[in-house]
Amino acid sequence: MAAPLTLLLLVAVTVRAALYRSSLADLISERVEVVSPLTAWKRVVEGLALLDLGVSPYSGDVFHETPLIIYLFHFLVDYAEITFMLADVITAVALYLSVKDYNKQVFRKQKYALEADRYPLDCLELIRSPKEMQYIPLKVAMFYLLNPFTILSCVAKSTCGLNNAVIALFVLSTIKGNVLLSAIFLSLATYQSIYPLTLCAAALLYLLQRQYIPVNLRRFSFWWFVAQYAFMYLGSLFVIVGLSFFLLGSWDFLPSVYGFILSVPDLTPNIGLFWYFFAEMFEHFRLFFLCVFQINVFFYTVPLSIKLKEHPVFLIFMQLAVISIFKSYPTVGDIALYMAFLPVWSHLHRFLRNIFLVSCVLLACSALFPVLWHLWIYAGSANSNFYYAITLLFNVAQILLVSDYFYAFLRREHHLSHGLYLKRKDGSEATLVLK
Amino acid sequence: MGLLSDPNRRRALISLLTRLNAPICVVCYMAGVAWFMGLAFEPFTLRTYMSENAMGSTMVEERFPAGERALGTGREFSAHKKKAGGMPVDWLVKTMQSRGLEVFTQRFSRRLPFPDEDKERYMVKGTNVYGILRAPRAPRTEALVLSAPCSPGDDNNQAVGVLLGLAQYFRNQVFWAKDIIFLVNEHDLIGMQAWLEGYHHTNTTGMDWSPLQGRGGSIQAALSLELSSDVVTSLDLVLEGLNGQLPNLDLANLFYAFCQKIGVLCTTQGKLQRNDWDSVSGYSHAVQTMMLMVMKQASGRPWGDHGLFLRYHIEAATIKGINSFRQYKTDATTIGRLLEGMYRKLNNLLERLHQSYFFYLMPSLSHFVSIGYYMPAFGLLALILLLRALDLWIQLATPPTFNLNPPPSQMSSPGVLSVLTPLVISHLTGVALYTLPIHFQEIAVEHFPVSETEAVVLTAIAVYTAGLALPHNTHRGLFVPPFNGWKVLKLVAVLYLAVLLGCTALINFSLGFILALTLVPVAAFVTPDVPKALSAFIMVILSPACTLLFSVFLFQELQEMPVSFLDGWMLYLSVISQGILDHALYGSLVYPLVALLVYPCWLLFWNILFWK
Repeated sequence: MAAPLTLLLLVAVTVRAALYRSSLADLISERVEVVSPLTAWKRVVEGLALLDLGVSPYSGDVFHETPLIIYLFHFLVDYAEITFMLADVITAVALYLSVKDYNKQVFRKQKYALEADRYPLDCLELIRSPKEMQYIPLKVAMFYLLNPFTILSCVAKSTCGLNNAVIALFVLSTIKGNVLLSAIFLSLATYQSIYPLTLCAAALLYLLQRQYIPVNLRRFSFWWFVAQYAFMYLGSLFVIVGLSFFLLGSWDFLPSVYGFILSVPDLTPNIGLFWYFFAEMFEHFRLFFLCVFQINVFFYTVPLSIKLKEHPVFLIFMQLAVISIFKSYPTVGDIALYMAFLPVWSHLHRFLRNIFLVSCVLLACSALFPVLWHLWIYAGSANSNFYYAITLLFNVAQILLVSDYFYAFLRREHHLSHGLYLKRKDGSEATLVLK
Repeated sequence: MGLLSDPNRRRALISLLTRLNAPICVVCYMAGVAWFMGLAFEPFTLRTYMSENAMGSTMVEERFPAGERALGTGREFSAHKKKAGGMPVDWLVKTMQSRGLEVFTQRFSRRLPFPDEDKERYMVKGTNVYGILRAPRAPRTEALVLSAPCSPGDDNNQAVGVLLGLAQYFRNQVFWAKDIIFLVNEHDLIGMQAWLEGYHHTNTTGMDWSPLQGRGGSIQAALSLELSSDVVTSLDLVLEGLNGQLPNLDLANLFYAFCQKIGVLCTTQGKLQRNDWDSVSGYSHAVQTMMLMVMKQASGRPWGDHGLFLRYHIEAATIKGINSFRQYKTDATTIGRLLEGMYRKLNNLLERLHQSYFFYLMPSLSHFVSIGYYMPAFGLLALILLLRALDLWIQLATPPTFNLNPPPSQMSSPGVLSVLTPLVISHLTGVALYTLPIHFQEIAVEHFPVSETEAVVLTAIAVYTAGLALPHNTHRGLFVPPFNGWKVLKLVAVLYLAVLLGCTALINFSLGFILALTLVPVAAFVTPDVPKALSAFIMVILSPACTLLFSVFLFQELQEMPVSFLDGWMLYLSVISQGILDHALYGSLVYPLVALLVYPCWLLFWNILFWK
């Protein structure tokens, strides 16, 4: 399996290198869909210039990345293109390895269940075969590396690629069962953009499951493990933040990075839901609606964790999708990360209901973004409402996609415990209805 | 959401849509065409009205007296033009200076990618002369432009005369709050392009021009004047700009309002407006006017010197004097008064024109159809594509019973390959169509007895035709195409076409609609099972190149200048060369759109027809 992966990596790197050399690179790095005020390379360069002048990079309200990133590029600025390509490669390989491991576990669990005769007889067609699962890791890597969204993001040198790499490493270390590395990468991801905080629940559930500790609030072992993980997580977060302080010599970065993410002062249009809403709103409602919008990201963690506590990896996927839909400055790079997981759930395809509609809408919206941007900004004949309408549609399609996968996953689990061909009490064929 | 989440209702809806797919598609097509034709029917249109308050409620009094003197200046200009054999720069500078303007010149030069045989130019060198009347009443942050082209021969001398007369008259008035720039541009659009790029410090097409020495504020609106006789019967308003962009409708409203006030006959597309909308001839007149606008817009080229302003967010139109043998005569004084009135209203603007519509069609100067009314016509056509895609999706999702459990990974990878090969090959053909004509002209001229222009056009046609031979070779690859391979390809092609046409229609409705009118039936009916020869014939007839050919004939017919087949063919060739030139000179997007996207998409359907 190493050969196809190497080939894939070579293709991906070639495509990126060719695009870096073409005239498209400048155009792409200006697109609001690809870069946000947080991740724009232009702003990193500005921050570096300020740093070289001995001024705090956060003075002047341009640069909003974290101190570690700017010190990373302080050394690597000449190799920026290679760094971003490397980040994509790391993400893809990490996802590849983690999905490979995850599939092994899924298969082992399925074998035990089969041996224990836990599945109803008519569910045999839902059982997954190794043949079908063989190519899934490769497909995951392919979905990430050859996704136009990832390529655009990488060519624009959006620092989103680095965040994705950190999250992918977190997923890998979690699935491999390494508690310490998992906590460290999670704290790094949190440090980068706050929102990955919600992945904490999924990681905990997974690690607990792996160490055969039942999720029972009355058990000491449960709390002991949670405390261990929390200690490692908070400890490394503390170390990273402290390191940033000592590197920079001031706490400037806290309001400038996290304040910027949470209070959304920059209303440049992007593919998210925030900009139009807050541009239109009366100032005195701002705080209230900020809370409402930001809670969206965090709130779904609770019900999803309760419902999916047996399936933490699916929970990670759901959380990544929720983050990329509801975060304050989303870019297409965030979407690419959770879309890379779609091949893992390819066995759910028979239960998906709206996949055709959703993929049509996503496709059409991706094409319409630049068109409506052109009409609004350059031709001046359309206005922001046109662009926001497409943003809204794009996000609705994403939500439909995620909820469709959620429904399909639950339905498969239901069938696995109750049999594929459900009967009503009177013996006629029953259908499952989502209400 | 009940419809989407209740499985029984979904099943019912889907079975309805698949069972009645063909009839629904036919009905949609008919309804789309009928809707479009209905747009010209007067009760379905809206009357134009002035939306901009700054221009609506204020009264201005037009007092321009010096029409005869302006015509005299025009004759003087004509004499100097003949003597100089081109733009009489020195005379113009002197005259403008004597009228109290700040005068500047701009030199520019441009080598065309190949000789333009319509206008007989290849190496273009010229000079623009412009004078700025500084606003006495306000900080000079905004400007208006009045331009007149300096054309070869005896054309447009009167326009320059009126422009200079207005400059002199405006100089003596105190109420100007915006700079007024009087521009005489040489080599029509090329000069205009050079001036606009110089004014805005951009260079999008790689032209050489000397930087502008003087500038006004940001330009709010511009009018371009074309007059070729001392007395005109009517004034024609030209709105269509680059890539089918239109100025704000308020500019047309302003022109119409002043024509009504002063009592000048006004036309659009050279057609007077009629009052008998309920008669057949009245309706067909409105249809003709609207169709002319649609065809001009679809061509994507600027139909007057104003067309390039629109790219810079400047509302602009061309006013053209028409002289036919009608009884009604308008002299230069009246035209001057009309322009004076329009500029004084524009002078009152507090912000850019934005209140009224940007997306509209005009069946007559006093009526318009806005985007909300015309989009459904396109939507009905696009719906056909979505219905076909849904139908194909359902056919693919429910495979025949004998191979119920194929391993999906093995099913999908040849499927993907068999779709990817035609996609890549047809796009490469598109790239060839886009790049080869200009690059191969020298070789073609060496080896064949043709001129450069003919070489470019004929190469384009040759590449286009050669593309038709491709599908026979695309899927003789290493693998056997799967049983339902063409369905996957068709699904991809249909969705591709839907997105492509949708985006086109948003930017340039007319182009999108005309392409949809011919491409949608192709996309809907083509399968490998239909009779080959007949379908191939129909497909070629409905291909983009033939659409263009029919459009040329239809356009001539609508202008009441029908041509013979041979003349039409020559016209067709020159239209192609003009399209390529427009792209190279002004950045018109129609040629790359057709070559790089529409044609490859059509080739995909051609591929499906010959699927083995």
